[in-house]
Amino acid sequence: MNASLVMFLGFIAITLWITWWAARKNTGSNAYFAAGRSLTAWQNGIAVAGDYMSAASFLGIAGIIAFQGYDGFMYSVGWLVAYLTVLLIVAEPLRNAGKYTMADVLAYRLSPRPVRAMGALSTLTVSTFYMIAQMVGAGALVSLLLKDTGISFSTAVIAIGILMIVYVVFGGMLATTWVQIIKAILLMSGTILLSILVLKHFGFSFGAFFDAIAHVTYHDAKGNLVTQDFLTPGLRYKPPYGALDLISLGMALIFGTAGLPHILVRFYTVPDAKTARVSVVWAMVIIGSFYILTTFLGFGAATIVGRDFIAQNGGTNMSAPLLAKALAGDLFFAFISAIAFATILAVVAGLTISASTSFAHDFWTNVLHHGKERSPGEEVRVARITAFVVGAVSMLIAILLGPNANVAFLVALAFAVAASANLPVIVLSLFWRRFNTKGAVAGLATGLLSSLVLILLSPSILKTEAIFPLENPGIVSIPLGFLGAVIGTLLGREPHAEDKFTELTVRANTGLGAEKATSH
Amino acid sequence: MSREKGKEFAEQDLTPMTGAATDVAPLGRQQKPAHELTADEDIDVADWDRVAAMAEFKQLVLAKRKFILPATIFFVVYYFALPALVGYAPGLMSKRVFGVVNVAYLFALSQFFMAWLIAALYVRAANRFDGMAQRIISKLKGGR
Repeated sequence: MNASLVMFLGFIAITLWITWWAARKNTGSNAYFAAGRSLTAWQNGIAVAGDYMSAASFLGIAGIIAFQGYDGFMYSVGWLVAYLTVLLIVAEPLRNAGKYTMADVLAYRLSPRPVRAMGALSTLTVSTFYMIAQMVGAGALVSLLLKDTGISFSTAVIAIGILMIVYVVFGGMLATTWVQIIKAILLMSGTILLSILVLKHFGFSFGAFFDAIAHVTYHDAKGNLVTQDFLTPGLRYKPPYGALDLISLGMALIFGTAGLPHILVRFYTVPDAKTARVSVVWAMVIIGSFYILTTFLGFGAATIVGRDFIAQNGGTNMSAPLLAKALAGDLFFAFISAIAFATILAVVAGLTISASTSFAHDFWTNVLHHGKERSPGEEVRVARITAFVVGAVSMLIAILLGPNANVAFLVALAFAVAASANLPVIVLSLFWRRFNTKGAVAGLATGLLSSLVLILLSPSILKTEAIFPLENPGIVSIPLGFLGAVIGTLLGREPHAEDKFTELTVRANTGLGAEKATSH
Repeated sequence: MSREKGKEFAEQDLTPMTGAATDVAPLGRQQKPAHELTADEDIDVADWDRVAAMAEFKQLVLAKRKFILPATIFFVVYYFALPALVGYAPGLMSKRVFGVVNVAYLFALSQFFMAWLIAALYVRAANRFDGMAQRIISKLKGGR
């Protein structure tokens, strides 16, 4: 029997046991949606890291660095610095003023139904793009690893979809959190081990390691053998638009993270704003260490395995697992692949729970039924059904897209939409007294539409006939999102929203009236 | 605002417990838990205007702004300097510093430590903010 398969099954068994344990503890909405708000700072911090470091981080970044060197490392940098936006601006006010979702904060002083409807739409859009990317990555990984067992891409996608539905439907936020914690610990251990092995390969000499990076040899697109300094920028982002594309990517990364619904909901799982803050710091330590180590994963794959070999054996996304195989053989390869699988599963579960929470809480209860549950537990029931539907739809789209869809592109799209639609309205709602419902709806709509349209016109879709020259729309769509929100606001005045601003400021800064933890 | 809630306000706990075993809205016309209320139905758990007018509260908001605004501007400028220099000053960024290690890599690496440093400084400052917020709350509970 295949060693990867045994480790996959081991991970699945442990997580299913956690789900069973969590299902028995889940009573009521607070428990289901927010793990009873009883997580400690380190638990939530590790879970944030586990929710965040997705297939795009582990498989994707290692692959980009292995193929395009330094430019790939720019993703690593942006993905950590992004947490300063979360820490300084968003996490604490959100915890103090909201309940389960991002839209709670908007609905606080604005007209609840339109902003919740728009908020839910944008949450579902971001989560779906992010999720499809993960499913495609997982399907490709699993089917490649287990090809001798006869498991196809579609079977792999369906298996992952079913597992994720089971976690979320039965285990809720508590099970999702523990799956994320275990995954983060596994991912960090695997990455540290792999980095040590890379250094050992170079006799623990940084000098030898970096010298190798400066002389990477491979066959270019024309088949010529070339030697490149992989520490030099510009292998991916080339003139004339490379510089703008880099800045645009940076904007999407550092402003997008603070608008990602599945990260934002994590701050409702802790007892208070202080714990939310400390958990961000925990997450930053873990995430930062991980992204620094991508130096070893990516450049290690470039120097030890080589571009040519990776291209012939599964493509960019297989760089990290192939590096493990080259350094320590099949068993370690199986271990790293199982970690990649766990990584994807945990992220997908986090996405599903945030999407279904938003649909059930924002759209079903608050938009359709004016904030009333018609029977006890209706909100949780609706969320469970949504989780099922979201899972089924993403499985279907992932299967339709097939294993060769561009995973990194879908994730970047999710970040750009989050930065353009969600972040402007969150920030303005927290800091601008005049901000009103028209502004929020206009901001969400402009951000969502402009980022989607620009992506459709970009080289990622239209290749050489692109109308918009940048891969990433952030540099245009983020200002447009802000502009839409400001213009919408200036179209009218909403005295009620302005009155409530005082209340929101007091709540956000003191924690008065914030949601309390439920005791278990 | 002349809402007369000074007295009862002083006696009640400012942060009501809403997390019952099932914190869902009861059926019928009973009062909903605080977080289930829409903005219009919301009865205030504290006299927000009074808190907002307190000197201590103004100090808290000002102290926070004095840290968060410069910190945000600093990290945004420091961060975007990286893609901007990489894109527009490739010559400078490819300059080698230690052996083959160039400015671009070191600058990118420094971003991680910049982020950690700002996070650490913020946590230290935020502990001070927590104390200030706590004093506001205890003053309210004391009724004056």
